[in-house]
Amino acid sequence: MTTTAVHGGARNAVSDSLTMIGRSIRLSRRNVDTLVMSIVLPLLMMSLFVYVFGGAINTGTQYINYVVPGIILLCTGYGAASTAMSVADDMTSGMIDRLRSLPIRSSAVLTGHVVASVARNLLSTTVVIGAAIAMGFRPNATVTDWVLAAGLLLLYVLALSWLAAGLGVIAKSVESASTLSFLMLFLPYLSSAFVPTNTMPSFLHAVSENQPITPVIETVRGLLTGTPIGNTGWIALAWCVGLLTCSFTFAAWLFRRRTHG
Amino acid sequence: MIVEATGLHKAFGSTKVLDGVDLHVAEGTVFALLGPNGAGKTTTIRILTTLSRPDLGSVRIAGYDVVREATKVRGVISLTGQSVALDDQQTGRENLVMIGRLMHLGRPAARRRATDLLERFDLVDAMKRRVKTYSGGMRRRLDLAMSLVSQPRVIFLDEPTTGLDPSSRTTMWDAIKDLVSSGTTIVLTTQYLEEADRLADRIVLINGGKVAASGTTDALKSQVGGDRLDLRFAVEADVARAVALFDAPRGTDPLVLGIPSDGSADHLHRVLDDLRIAGVPVVKVSSHRPTLDDVFLSLTTTDRTPVQV
Repeated sequence: MTTTAVHGGARNAVSDSLTMIGRSIRLSRRNVDTLVMSIVLPLLMMSLFVYVFGGAINTGTQYINYVVPGIILLCTGYGAASTAMSVADDMTSGMIDRLRSLPIRSSAVLTGHVVASVARNLLSTTVVIGAAIAMGFRPNATVTDWVLAAGLLLLYVLALSWLAAGLGVIAKSVESASTLSFLMLFLPYLSSAFVPTNTMPSFLHAVSENQPITPVIETVRGLLTGTPIGNTGWIALAWCVGLLTCSFTFAAWLFRRRTHG
Repeated sequence: MIVEATGLHKAFGSTKVLDGVDLHVAEGTVFALLGPNGAGKTTTIRILTTLSRPDLGSVRIAGYDVVREATKVRGVISLTGQSVALDDQQTGRENLVMIGRLMHLGRPAARRRATDLLERFDLVDAMKRRVKTYSGGMRRRLDLAMSLVSQPRVIFLDEPTTGLDPSSRTTMWDAIKDLVSSGTTIVLTTQYLEEADRLADRIVLINGGKVAASGTTDALKSQVGGDRLDLRFAVEADVARAVALFDAPRGTDPLVLGIPSDGSADHLHRVLDDLRIAGVPVVKVSSHRPTLDDVFLSLTTTDRTPVQV
C-alpha cells in the first residue's frame, strides 16, 4: 500500500494547525494537576480576598464586585504560565526535531499550545465567574457588555499566551520557563486588581497606572458592574492589541531563530 | 545516489564540527556513519534532515536540495533522533495518528496506518495505554514506528540502539533489516563497529569532523587487519623465534606477538602446532577482534591529524 500526499499550501497549513491544537488540548486535558491548579488557585485567591481581606478593603462598593475582574486576570496568568512550560517541554525534548523534520510549518506547534491555552482559560474563567456569582457577585451587564468584556479578555489571553509561548521557546528548561512566567503571575498584584491604586505609594501608583493590567481590569469592571470607564476602554484595547502584536512577533522570531541552526 | 552530500562544513562559534564531509548513499542500501562521541555524526544527520544548515557545501536528498527545497525533502525522509520523541500523555495510537495527520494522510488513512504499524511492532496490546506507561524497549519501537508512518524513502536513525539492553538491541536490528528488505534506504549513526558490521552495506568512519575512511565493511576490516591472535611469551628470545616463524611484525609489548587470524579454531590449532614443533613455549593465547578503538588508532596514527579547534 502506498499513500501519496501533497505537502504545503494553505489547506494543509490549516489542517496542521488543527492537528496540533487537538494535540495540545488533549495534553492539557490529561495534565490534570495543572488544569485543576489553574482553576483552584484563582478560586482560593478569590475566597481569600473576599472573605479574609475584603472586609478591611474599602473600594466604595461591594468588595466582591470590585475584585472579580482582578481574579479573572490572575486566573489568565496561571493558564498562560503553564503554556510556557508545555512549549519549553517540546523545545527541550526530541519532539521539536521530529515535528520539524515533517513537511509542515513547524510553528503550528506554537499555535497549538496558544489555542489550547485560550481553551483552558475559557474553562477556568467560566468556573471562576460561576463561583463568584455563587459567592454574591452581582454584575449588572447587558449582553453587549458581556460580549465586549469577553472580547477584550480574549485579546488579553491571546497576548499573554503568545508571550508565554515566546518565554517557553527561550527557556533552557521547563523549570526556567516556569520561573520566567512568574512575572505574569505577579503583575496583577501591582494593579488595581485587589485595591484601588490611589492607596499605593506614589511610585507604585505610577507603575500600576501605566501597566497593561490596570486598564484591562478597569474596563472589564466597568462593563460588568457599571463603574465609569471613560477612555480606559481604548487604552486597554491599545495595550492588548500592541501586546498581542509584540508577543506574537517575539515568539515567532525566537522560534525561527532557535530552530534554524 | 539518493543522498548526495558534498563538502559539508559546519562550525558552532569557533568550534569546527564538520570539516569537509562527503557522503554518497545508494538507494535501497544501509549506510552507517560510524564515529566516537563528538565526531560530528549528529550534526551531519541534522544537516541531512533539514534541521540545520551547512555553512558550506550542499546536500541533495532524492534530488531535492535540503536548504532550498526543505519541505520536499521532509516529504521523503523521516528522522528518529537520539532521544525518544513521543507524547507521554497520548496513547501509542494517538501518537501515530497525529503523525499521519501531519503527513497529510486523511483521517481514515492515518488510522489504518497506525493500526498496521502497531501490529508490526507488536504494540497492539498497549495501543490504548498512555506512552508514559511503556517500557524503554516499547518506547523505542513506537519511536521507530513513528518514523515509518509516512513510508519514507530515506530513514535517518541517530544512534538507534544506544542505551538499549542486548535483547531490545537485537529486536531493533531485526526491525531495521525488515525495512531494508522492503527497499527503504537507511542512514544510521552508531558508535559500535559491531552494529555497523551487522547492518550496513557501506560505512563511513568519521572522526573530528572529517571522513577518516569509507568503504564496505569488509574493506574497512581488512584495513585494520581483522581478527588477531595475541601470543604471550615468557622471554624476549622466544618472541624473536616466533617472529621468524610467522613473519609477523612486533607490537608495542615486547613479550606479545599479534598474528592476523581468520578467527577459526583451525587457525588456532595450526599456530599452536607450529609453535610446539618449533619448540617455542607460549604462556598465553588470546584472540582479539578489532574494535572501533583499533580502527581509529590505525587510522589516526598514520598521516591524519585531528581537526584544530
